[in-house]
Amino acid sequence: MFACVHALESAGLSLVEFAYGFSPVVEEVRPGTVVIDVEGCELLFGSPYQLAGEVVRRAQTTVNVALAANPDAAIHAATYLKGITFISPGEELTCLGDFLLAQLDHSLVNVEKKVADEIRETLRLWGVRSFGDFASLPAAGVSERLGPAGIKLQQLATGKTERHLKVKQPTPVFANSIELEHPLSELEPLSFIFARLLHHLCAALNAYALATNELCVTMQLADQATHERRLSLPYPMRDHKVFLKLLLLDTEMHPPQAAVRSVAIACEPVKPRVLQNGLFVPLAPAPDKLELTLARLAKLVGEQNIGSPVVLDTHRPDAFSLKRFSLQTNADIRKRRKAGAGALNRPSRIDDEPCLGFRTFRPPLRAIVEIDQGCPAQVSAWSKQRSVYGKVVSMAGPWRTTGDWWRDDRWARDEWDVMLERQGQQSLYRIYRELETEHWFVEGNYD
Amino acid sequence: MRAALSKAQLEADIGSRFGDAFKIHDKTVVETLSTGVAEIDSLTGGLPRGGISEIFGPASSGRTSLTYSLLAYATAHEETCALVDTNDVFSPTAATEAGMDFDRLLWIRCAGDLEHAFKATDLLLHAGGFGLVILDLGDVAGKDARRIISSWWYRFRRTVEEQPTVLTVVSEEACTRSCAALALELKGTPEWSRAQSNVLPMRKPAPIKPLLRHNSIKVNQMRPVTPWVQESQFMAVSF
Repeated sequence: MFACVHALESAGLSLVEFAYGFSPVVEEVRPGTVVIDVEGCELLFGSPYQLAGEVVRRAQTTVNVALAANPDAAIHAATYLKGITFISPGEELTCLGDFLLAQLDHSLVNVEKKVADEIRETLRLWGVRSFGDFASLPAAGVSERLGPAGIKLQQLATGKTERHLKVKQPTPVFANSIELEHPLSELEPLSFIFARLLHHLCAALNAYALATNELCVTMQLADQATHERRLSLPYPMRDHKVFLKLLLLDTEMHPPQAAVRSVAIACEPVKPRVLQNGLFVPLAPAPDKLELTLARLAKLVGEQNIGSPVVLDTHRPDAFSLKRFSLQTNADIRKRRKAGAGALNRPSRIDDEPCLGFRTFRPPLRAIVEIDQGCPAQVSAWSKQRSVYGKVVSMAGPWRTTGDWWRDDRWARDEWDVMLERQGQQSLYRIYRELETEHWFVEGNYD
Repeated sequence: MRAALSKAQLEADIGSRFGDAFKIHDKTVVETLSTGVAEIDSLTGGLPRGGISEIFGPASSGRTSLTYSLLAYATAHEETCALVDTNDVFSPTAATEAGMDFDRLLWIRCAGDLEHAFKATDLLLHAGGFGLVILDLGDVAGKDARRIISSWWYRFRRTVEEQPTVLTVVSEEACTRSCAALALELKGTPEWSRAQSNVLPMRKPAPIKPLLRHNSIKVNQMRPVTPWVQESQFMAVSF
């Protein structure tokens, strides 16, 4: 048995949400008209007529309700008959027989408007005016003269169409929350709460064959504050164990300032990443393992100390930044290089000469340099980690570099490459003298 | 009195009960990774995968040049690489000139903390998937490097031997003891390519010839079972 609800005024009523209050099997025919499969609702609402009365009572606006064994018959009845209409099985024409052909909704049987209009015109010329007249025509004759579309429309008029409801799926919400009986201030009990919420979330993602690349965690604290964290992932994932470990590591690095009263976790679903593995793909870490490893390394040495280096487009010495390390496919790298992005990171060697390695001292070592005829003769520098001493046996330079004169952090210096000898051991260093302060520094060591 | 049993007799008696327990498992075919320097590859055959390689020598002996060459080769051949920089001495500018692909390099800066460096290396090896992991202890003083407990090296060796990963340790003195499958000792005297000058040119030319060309390299291979030492010196054509 099907119940069709037709709202006469919109009045801001979400008819689909309203219909879900009676049955999960709901079809939205058009805005303002829904069909509900009421099979099995007797236990909750009683007889179909009682259910129809409940629908009218609960609706906050004027609605027509029609009940029939055929959904299309119910739709026609609810659209054109006011109040509650009950059509017994087999008695469709008794109720709908007087309806005019212009009221026949051809879209319910997937007949084009143009074809339906032609058939209506033909029937008008034949003197067929109502559903009852159309239903009384022999099916064989209708088929020969009006074709399959005519048969469909005749079945619609008779109330004998056979179809299933096109059920509208409720929009899934990928969010879970829980309120705690007692505020929690330790990570270990919180981990059980996280695990439970993430397990449900990932099960929902799995059910819809979706994944997510961002988790939003909101914690209400005991001091009425809100602690929000966003975990961005480089790839869409749906493994709750990986999410749990990442969330725990993030919470350890950024703990809430007070005890936690409630936890809510939400995510935006996206399509999962599809990878086709090849036989000759080079070795690379698994994305989820890599993400965990990066999170653990960030906790160990700090987020700002891990990543891939990016040389900056400036003449400033030792100018670089760190970007987040991620695995790229070869297609991604080729695409970026074609676009000219990261030009400074492109391999620049054009011959097979071994390169000259350099070890940069960060920060540079403040040095005491003895000058002889304008050139360094002796260098002494020390810090907690290293010391540089020696007599200059060979040198090259100076080379002057300056830049960013318009900024507060401008630089201007004279650089020397020197070979220092100490206890028979010779080593190569780069030293420089700042022009503004006249201070000497050891920048690094050629190795 | 019961005669003493020989080892062979013991193995014959109880070997059938314990399967392959008495067999010595050894790799007959060792995969290697090229260093990017043809002369060193011809000496060593490349750095062995699934083992620890050690490169040690004093400052300005060419350790970093060899490391950059190794990283440039590995990244150019699509290996995912990681550099654990104990004292934060890696120079991206010099590495760019070496031809390194930074998109495939994970740089971990440990700010002088030796414990962090070892823990980071352990995390990387356990994660798996890295073709090359370099632990740079080049600026760690010899006395501190000698104090590193052996169990760390044994742990690294055990972790890496089941993977096609090359773990390379760069240091001032040999510190991995018997855990390294290959040890390269670098020593030599750097050489200048031109006389000193007080002229200020517009661009700075490299005054130093690439260090690897004028160094001697001592190779110590610990594996296969019979260790052998090969010492050789090579000099490129002088400029």
